[in-house]
Amino acid sequence: MSPNVLTLLPEIILTLTGVIIMLAEPLLPATSSRKPLGWLAILGTLAAGLASWYQTGFGTMHSFFGTIQVDSFSIFFHLLIAAIVLVTLLSSLDYFEGHATHAGEYFALTLFGATGMMLMTCSVELLMVFIGLEISSISTYIMAGFRKGQASATEASIKYFLLGSFATAFFLYGIALAFGSTGSTRIDSISLGLTTTATPTLALLSLGLIIIGIGFKVSAAPFHVWTPDVYQGAPAPVVGLMSTAPKAAAFAVLLRILFSGYPSYEPRWAALIWVLAVLSMTVGNLGALMQRDVKRMLAYSSIAHAGYLLVAYTAFPADGIASACFYTAAYAAMNVGAFTAITQIAGYQERARTIDDYTALALKRPVLAAVLGFFLLSLIGIPFTGGFFGKFYVFSAALHAGRVWLAVIGLLNSGIACFYYLRLLAALYSRPVTENDRVDAHTTVTVPAAIALTLTAVATLLLGIAPNRILGIAQHSADVTVHPNPAQPGADATTTSASR
Amino acid sequence: MTVPIAYYLILAAILFSIGVASFLIKRNIITIFMSIELMLNAVNLTFVAFAHMWHQITGQIFVFFVMVVAAAEAAVGLAIIIAIFRTRQTLNVDQVNLLKN
Repeated sequence: MSPNVLTLLPEIILTLTGVIIMLAEPLLPATSSRKPLGWLAILGTLAAGLASWYQTGFGTMHSFFGTIQVDSFSIFFHLLIAAIVLVTLLSSLDYFEGHATHAGEYFALTLFGATGMMLMTCSVELLMVFIGLEISSISTYIMAGFRKGQASATEASIKYFLLGSFATAFFLYGIALAFGSTGSTRIDSISLGLTTTATPTLALLSLGLIIIGIGFKVSAAPFHVWTPDVYQGAPAPVVGLMSTAPKAAAFAVLLRILFSGYPSYEPRWAALIWVLAVLSMTVGNLGALMQRDVKRMLAYSSIAHAGYLLVAYTAFPADGIASACFYTAAYAAMNVGAFTAITQIAGYQERARTIDDYTALALKRPVLAAVLGFFLLSLIGIPFTGGFFGKFYVFSAALHAGRVWLAVIGLLNSGIACFYYLRLLAALYSRPVTENDRVDAHTTVTVPAAIALTLTAVATLLLGIAPNRILGIAQHSADVTVHPNPAQPGADATTTSASR
Repeated sequence: MTVPIAYYLILAAILFSIGVASFLIKRNIITIFMSIELMLNAVNLTFVAFAHMWHQITGQIFVFFVMVVAAAEAAVGLAIIIAIFRTRQTLNVDQVNLLKN
């Protein structure tokens, strides 16, 4: 197999599966079930995950004129994204059944989006990062508005689209100025250029614009304004996907750009990230306190979690990258899990919206309530859940780097966060005041959705009781990024042997 | 006589700022979308100017990709705008406000 093909094998598999689904969709009779296409998408995702796993045996690989770098860092995020997409597909397999026409397109778009996210994490050239970012964004814009007839869904879609494109323009302008100040758009050459030829003002501007662009994508305050509206209006399984996978990819890109592209500007961007982290944690948690709508509350919670994650960026590179990778995985497991549970509880019509609708859920659907409760506990950061060790590693990395105040603010915020998660948890287990028929109490949880819930719950639990294995992988990924092995620009498709 | 590179960069910066300002001020969704396109074209001008300055083709190639992606974005964006118009009969952002507390 040509090394070029090998490095992009997961992306190629996902794209081909997506194209096949797109071609098959119009050939199926309009009234027939779209589930076979969903199973095909699941098979494709599994194959892509296996392909990523297969790549671990080859060490660090470069291809496509050095624009693609497959290393343990990119493989970590590839596997994470494949897992998130797998769970989302399982939980939404029955979601559109009998409601949306052309539901097959949803599965294809999910795969195309995943292709873009994976491409983002393995590019070391900003042009490829940009293309990956756009592939993933354009797919998610459409998926946000997939319940076409509903006014709230199209509104979510347009808001996501306008603000997402706005952010992309900032990101691009940042790349243009980075190109102007260093003469290259390759991350390693930018790092080299910054220490020699660069004009400091131009380089600083480019850094600021890139952080603004990515800040929008990961919904860090003050660039978070779109998040609550979009999460409230978009279908629940789509929110589960887009609150985790594109964010994981964007965080990976930010790690690469900051730690390998701009290491010489570390004090400046660390100060900027410090402000973003504090703002995101505070705005997210205070905002969530005031919400009655559950999806909107979880949107603010995701802003707060973006803040916790940004804390890791201010730590020393090795600690910071490892804890950021671990936190991304833990956050993905619990957040996708929570949205999978909400999908099952609310159904396609999203009947259960506010916290009051969830009152006494435990009486009607004890297992679902228990699982959702478990994810909420993990989001709080209770010991024996993935959320606890995520926060623990991030804050201890920050303390290790002497960011005492940041850690203190983070811990205070975790305290505030208890209130709103516990309010929902208390609603689940309280007695009904009046007869409540908002919750979808009669449809049973389907087998694929049960598998999705089990997978996420087990992942959250394992990250909470045996975090060392994932942390070890995360630290290994960090080593690759801190001590990059720069590719020769002319050498296409060279395979350097595994150093570790 | 040649035009200094700084002139192009300043023009691009002004165009980008006009784009940002009209994105924030304008109320019609189509106009807002056009201001995003203006921002992207300002970026393109910056790329071409820098490509000339560094004598490197990278910047010009980047412009092609930006244009292609902008076209793809326009296709999706206009489709979403049509979906909005079908459900609301308006394209004024102030009236697209179902999602609030």
